[in-house]
Amino acid sequence: MGVDYLLVDSQFNQEELLVRQTARQFVEDRVIPVIRDCYRDGRFPMDLIPEMGRLGFFGANLEGYGCAGMSNVEYGLLMQEIERGDSGLRSFVSVQGALVMYPIHRYGSEEQKQRWLPRLQAGAAIGCFGLTEPGFGSNPAGMLTRARQEGSDWVIDGEKTWITNGSLADVAVVWARTPEGIRGFLVERGTPGFTTSDIHGKLSMRASVTSSLAFSECRVPGAAMLPGAKGLKGPLSCLSQARFGIGWGVIGAAMDCYETARVYSTVRKQFDDRPIASHQLVQEKLAWMITEITKAQLLALHAGRLKDQGRLEPAHVSMLKRNNVAMALECARLARDLMGANGIIDEYPIMRHLCNLETVKTYEGTDHVHALVIGERVTGVAAYR
Amino acid sequence: MKIVVAIKQVPVRDSQLRIESDQRWIQEDDLGFEINEPDAYALEEALQLKEKHGGEVVALCAGPSRATQTIREALAKGADRAIHIEDDNLRDLDTFGIATLLAGAVKAEKPDLILTGLQSDDLGYGQTGVVLAELLGVPHATIIMQVEVQGGSIQVKRELEGGWFQHIEMPLPAVLTIQSGINKLRYATLMGIKKAKSKEIKSVTPAAAPAATAVLERVYVPQKSKQTQIFEGDAKSAAAKLVEKLKFEVRII
Repeated sequence: MGVDYLLVDSQFNQEELLVRQTARQFVEDRVIPVIRDCYRDGRFPMDLIPEMGRLGFFGANLEGYGCAGMSNVEYGLLMQEIERGDSGLRSFVSVQGALVMYPIHRYGSEEQKQRWLPRLQAGAAIGCFGLTEPGFGSNPAGMLTRARQEGSDWVIDGEKTWITNGSLADVAVVWARTPEGIRGFLVERGTPGFTTSDIHGKLSMRASVTSSLAFSECRVPGAAMLPGAKGLKGPLSCLSQARFGIGWGVIGAAMDCYETARVYSTVRKQFDDRPIASHQLVQEKLAWMITEITKAQLLALHAGRLKDQGRLEPAHVSMLKRNNVAMALECARLARDLMGANGIIDEYPIMRHLCNLETVKTYEGTDHVHALVIGERVTGVAAYR
Repeated sequence: MKIVVAIKQVPVRDSQLRIESDQRWIQEDDLGFEINEPDAYALEEALQLKEKHGGEVVALCAGPSRATQTIREALAKGADRAIHIEDDNLRDLDTFGIATLLAGAVKAEKPDLILTGLQSDDLGYGQTGVVLAELLGVPHATIIMQVEVQGGSIQVKRELEGGWFQHIEMPLPAVLTIQSGINKLRYATLMGIKKAKSKEIKSVTPAAAPAATAVLERVYVPQKSKQTQIFEGDAKSAAAKLVEKLKFEVRII
């Protein structure tokens, strides 16, 4: 359940607490009972998609087109509760909302919005976001995927990889180099020249679909281009949205690890029939976890309030994402440690969270790159290359 | 069909409860609160009846200011508006007092049907709905498992003991106290939560209520009364001792 050491709850209003309650109950009722098997079998819980749509989870902080119009703090609490269930599920919701619906909402034509947003909101359509390429992860500016204009059409060639929801998607937001800079295109499933293949052998994010996208002479109409996005700013602004959600989401994973380990330590007995919670080294780990979780909650809450005031900058989001992911990963490792051998089996959620968080540390801007964003902000010197 | 649902806010189940030093109540400062479980089913039943037959659902709650959270939840799930009999000292009243306040608010609404949970998870008296019906002068039925509307009357299914049920037809208006688990609770959708912001919560100062005649004397943790005895010796003498104890001390054989 929830973790609140420092009465952080007192900083949330009634609507925010209601949003959290809905998400928490949904995860408790619908996600926790199935997620272990999904992870084991390496499949996404597809049947949750329509209900998440009906509850308003997709594009929750967008206005209009059927979206819930939540504040960013409400959106953050939603991400937190979903990732308490599983990072893969949160990734699905992040991609759908922040990386697909957000760019269509912000940069799309009215026709694109009308066509896609209501269906994406309802979960009747699934989207994916194609930016990363085999040779270009942290350095998207080097992308090789190109789009050339032929009459009123655009023809796309290139390859994208590590694409969450890639093969599930009805529509892919694809970023490609054009003579006028980097532009975004809405490429529909089934478009000739567009194929997907799933990445297998993942030992992390197993309840999430990860794919490669290939474009070979893939012809899309001129109306498929996002008219409002020009240059790398377009995709980066989407990533900023998604990273904000990650900064909240990982708190959920950390809470689950902490709470599982805390309860375990009060029940598991060792040496003189005493619970291991009576040992100082165990208590120190729990104290570290709850302190770091509390700091992460306050950081996320402050960032959320700033975002609602329109004052949250990408360099702020970098601090939120980097700090909170590292915090959650360390909590998962400590929880694994406290639970001994039980920490590695999937009867408990720890190892699943731990493996997932290794991915979260890397995707949407690695820990290193976010350190460099913060470094650039405080020194004025860019150290990316 | 106009339905009033009386709901109560209670401490979250499985809370770690600490008793106040004067032993009159539990410490509430660091407790979480939620809708009383049977009331949640009463609300759901009301919403489903409205979806089937049209009309209006009015949530009614007597409680301190923190209870607005529970009222908001009812509105987010689909209640049309709410009445909050707001007072931080309602705990000084007994069931009769609370039912008197609720009856006052219900009378002004003239509903076709009044639903509430069969009991509260905190006090568990199981009387509020029944006393409310008496004060309103309308019929009531308790522990309701099913409600069917048939024109101007309703057909209800009551849960009896030992797996028995009673089916009865009742005229309207009536008060029903709802059993937990009779329907599937809905989540408040995020759109519903947003919509609830603009729904009316009428806050009412409680009218004069009769002073409590039933008073909570002392709140305490249940005392352990179980004892385990182990009889030493061989099986034959232990069995003889056991029979003797069961016959003369426990007196069950």
